[in-house]
Amino acid sequence: MSGMVAVIDYGMGNLHSVASALAHVGADEVVVTHDADLIRQADRVVFPGVGAIRDCMSEIRRLKCDELLAQALTKQHVPVLAICVGLQALMDRSEENDGVDCLGIIPGEVRFFGNPLTDADGQRLKVPHMGWNEVHQQRDHPLWAGIPDMTRFYFVHSYYVHARDRSLLAGSVEYGVSADAALARDNLFAVQFHPEKSADAGLTLLKNFLNWNGQC
Amino acid sequence: MWQRRSASVTRRLNPMGLAKRIIPCLDVDNGRVVKGVNFVDIRDAGDPVEIAMRYNEQGADEVCFLDITASSDGRETTVHTVEQIAEHVFIPLTVGGGIRSVADIRTMLNAGADKVSINTAAIHNPELVRESALRFGSQCIVVAIDAKRVDDVDGQPRWEIFTHGGRKPTGIDAVAWAVRMAELGAGEILLTSMDRDGTRNGFELGVTRAITDAVEIPVIASGGVGTLDHLVDGVTLGGADAVLAASIFHFGEFTVPQAKDYMAARGIEVRR
Repeated sequence: MSGMVAVIDYGMGNLHSVASALAHVGADEVVVTHDADLIRQADRVVFPGVGAIRDCMSEIRRLKCDELLAQALTKQHVPVLAICVGLQALMDRSEENDGVDCLGIIPGEVRFFGNPLTDADGQRLKVPHMGWNEVHQQRDHPLWAGIPDMTRFYFVHSYYVHARDRSLLAGSVEYGVSADAALARDNLFAVQFHPEKSADAGLTLLKNFLNWNGQC
Repeated sequence: MWQRRSASVTRRLNPMGLAKRIIPCLDVDNGRVVKGVNFVDIRDAGDPVEIAMRYNEQGADEVCFLDITASSDGRETTVHTVEQIAEHVFIPLTVGGGIRSVADIRTMLNAGADKVSINTAAIHNPELVRESALRFGSQCIVVAIDAKRVDDVDGQPRWEIFTHGGRKPTGIDAVAWAVRMAELGAGEILLTSMDRDGTRNGFELGVTRAITDAVEIPVIASGGVGTLDHLVDGVTLGGADAVLAASIFHFGEFTVPQAKDYMAARGIEVRR
């Protein structure tokens, strides 16, 4: 039983896909909300995000979603999944929009991919990093269950995460640099890619999230 | 430069693992999928939701949905179709056609589109690209460019943007426009050759190469795919990050896995 899944809505972009993907893989109930009571009652919390970090951070703070997220993270039995800008918002600081302070929940930074960005052979790489890339699983985790190492997920981002504590790294992706694709700590799993747009692999990860007890 | 490029082709085109994308495109008129030949001869290929689901099952990397509906009633149908696709298909969905304002973009994103493609409206009002990229993020703003070859007096190839299904010249240089759109915040360019669209003679590789070399953002090549070699050429010769095709997939000539096997056998990184 997945119970009630709260998708935190701080007004930035379309959360329709995340909600329908969760429903598709069998969530009992999905609510897209910034209502404090609903988020406190939730059995699972999804912290998504699209768009520019400065606007995201200001809405997250204005709607007090930062406090709600911090509360959820203290409850070991409430699994939390952060997606894309949701992951970036957890870090200390982002280089986007001339530098923006983020939530500081995970020590580390969000860096620009660089321009020009090249691979090891000097070939130019386009920014944003957009499309299906291989995620190298860095450790076992219940959310990787049934997903082979180096499975492709859908990414779209121009800034990438680098966590200071490398023991948190659950998955990495190579794109000119080695970027953090997934971080895991206690009841938190945070991904740079979009599981809701990553076809079967993404749906498997979301199903694993619904079955996860928050332990790892 | 040329040597280095050809040397890497023999190794691996994309050593960092990012796959080149195959994007089936549905042209939709009043809720039904059609594909025009040079935008005139239209054939009916079915229900957009079913077709999008079929492409998802085949392993398409994204689906693109171009709304060619003229009436405003029809636009309501489109929003409903996008909602239905987004409920059943968990790969990125781009919606284009008739997007004129920030409100139109919001409507489509709220309906479940991941990206919107802006074409004529960007020409009339380039600020729309900047505004919408700031509001919704560059990742969801695709600028569609319909280019036609109009050689210079000295015979040098040049490509100009045409509107109204390729009938109306704008005087705007396609390559310079792509650069400007990227500067304004476009996250991706969808480049269609109006000389090739519907001809099945392959992409116009000259303009594809010129634009992929000129911009940092990804470029989707479109217009003219008739064989699997055309898809390969779009990537290897045109430098495209993604290739878009309609009729070769809609009428069952080739499946997406066949296209990917063919590309992979020629050294192109694909998702399988």
